[in-house]
Amino acid sequence: MAGKKESFSTVWKKHKYKYLMIAPFGAIFIVFTLLPVLVAVYLSFTSFNMVEKPEFVGLENYVKLIVYDPIFLTAIKNTLFFAIITGPVSYLMCFLFAWMVNDLPRIPRAIMTLVFYAPSISGNAYLVWKLLLSSDSYGWVNAWLLKLGVIREAVTWLVTKEYIMPILIIVQLWLSLGVSFLTFIAGFQSLDKSLLEAGSVEGVKNRWQELWYIILPSMKPQLMFGAVMQITSSLSVSQLSIDLVGFPSVSYAGHTILTHLHDFGNVRYELGYACTIAVILFFIMLFCNIIVQKLLRKLG
Amino acid sequence: MKLIAFIKNWYYRRKFKRRNRSIGGDLLLILVLGFFGIFSLFPLLYTLTSAFKPFSEIFMYPPKLTVENPTLNNFFDLGTIIEDFTVPFSRYVFNTLVITGVGTVGTVILGSMAAYPLAKYEFPGSKLMSNIIVYALMFSTSVTAIPNYLIMSALGIIDTYWAVILPAVGGTLGLYLMKNFMVQVPDDMLEAAKIDGCSEWGIFWKVVMPLCKPAWITLVILSFQQMWGTTGGVFIYSEELKPLSYVLSQLVSGGISRTGVASAVSLLMLIVPIGVFVFSQSNVIETMATSGIKG
Repeated sequence: MAGKKESFSTVWKKHKYKYLMIAPFGAIFIVFTLLPVLVAVYLSFTSFNMVEKPEFVGLENYVKLIVYDPIFLTAIKNTLFFAIITGPVSYLMCFLFAWMVNDLPRIPRAIMTLVFYAPSISGNAYLVWKLLLSSDSYGWVNAWLLKLGVIREAVTWLVTKEYIMPILIIVQLWLSLGVSFLTFIAGFQSLDKSLLEAGSVEGVKNRWQELWYIILPSMKPQLMFGAVMQITSSLSVSQLSIDLVGFPSVSYAGHTILTHLHDFGNVRYELGYACTIAVILFFIMLFCNIIVQKLLRKLG
Repeated sequence: MKLIAFIKNWYYRRKFKRRNRSIGGDLLLILVLGFFGIFSLFPLLYTLTSAFKPFSEIFMYPPKLTVENPTLNNFFDLGTIIEDFTVPFSRYVFNTLVITGVGTVGTVILGSMAAYPLAKYEFPGSKLMSNIIVYALMFSTSVTAIPNYLIMSALGIIDTYWAVILPAVGGTLGLYLMKNFMVQVPDDMLEAAKIDGCSEWGIFWKVVMPLCKPAWITLVILSFQQMWGTTGGVFIYSEELKPLSYVLSQLVSGGISRTGVASAVSLLMLIVPIGVFVFSQSNVIETMATSGIKG
């Protein structure tokens, strides 16, 4: 913003209230969010084991990570595969379910919102999946498949290479009606109702036309917000994988960028290297975000 | 046939029936919602019933969703464990109330305050700030924990409530959410308020916030949930300052013999956020019905 003709004092006089309203949040944000991020970016150029002082090593971590770390490539592959499916699907699910729920009368709407939101309301409710998919014949899924004669012996769902990724994807989708879903619900609630009525008078024939011509164009800010949320959440899966399929998972089938980070940050205490992973993940997210924003701008 | 005619008649007379809605579409909608609703609710039902299962039923083969002999034993066991704590249980509840209350109110108010100018005005630095806010959402928080710890110990707030409250308030999700809703507040409404002699501060409280009620109610839910689930981690180490979810998560990791107690704990931890959710959601719907806000 440099190079503006106005001097500092005229800018301040004109926009004093705006800066003052941002200031309290801004101060906390700079100290507790921005500063730690900048420190982490600096650390990505160092070798740091949390005991000795960080030692500057230039691009060494980046070279090591991209060229000499085959497991990181597996992690990227897994993460992208996971995100390409769960990102768009969960985004559509959030929007479609919010849209359908919104068409219900008052009380059923409140109930259904709760039903869909319930999985993400408690931090670790997904752990019940571990019981359901338990490897012995006591696991719910195994027990029923055995009883129905689909399988002959218990399947070790969570430690079989081929099943790990599909299971993670299903559980993530089950969990995904969270922030974006609620935001879309709120978006529908703050829609201008007179727009919909005017539409129905002027010949909007069915709910699909209403969705396309009225709702989508007026929900753009919420759609943008939801997109950012789904991109970040689908690319930063880690706790789910660690809790469900263990760490490290069988043949690294559930290994993601963030579990790789967890490995170096929380297990091996190579924080410089862990920060490098975080920086690379940041750029992957940024890249996806730019593409999706471009796509969304074309809409409606 | 008479019954079908009756249902049809009833259906068309309902208030929620809008002109451009077909009966087939409504039926399809109910079917789809019902089907996925069961899928969504199922594992939670399992938690619910497990909490009331006696030990013999938890490991029954084949496992069942329903309870045959419901019992409160899991809760009594939990009670016995709680009585043995060195710190009184009420202390943990108090800690959680303070952290959740201050954290939620702080996030909603400070975030909304900062979101308003960024959403509705352009001024030197506004573009840059808006961008930084989105980018900040994309940096993994697991590596910022260490720098955060260093900063907090320099400020001397490690092992206080602030150590978990301030980083949460400084997160940008709330601001970004509010900003995306505030963009939709019509400019002429702000102009009209200004002509009526309203200050920026007055416009924010009396015009913008009421119009964005669905948005900040959503933020209350999200923020409450986040604060409710925080365990304090390494930032709070004194036992008498630890929040509820820390102790309860300790109980859950107690192995197979504690499976029943763990389900009871999960259930209890779920009840409060669900209560807050239902309360705030019904609040939104209530205002919408009475005042009919236009955005």
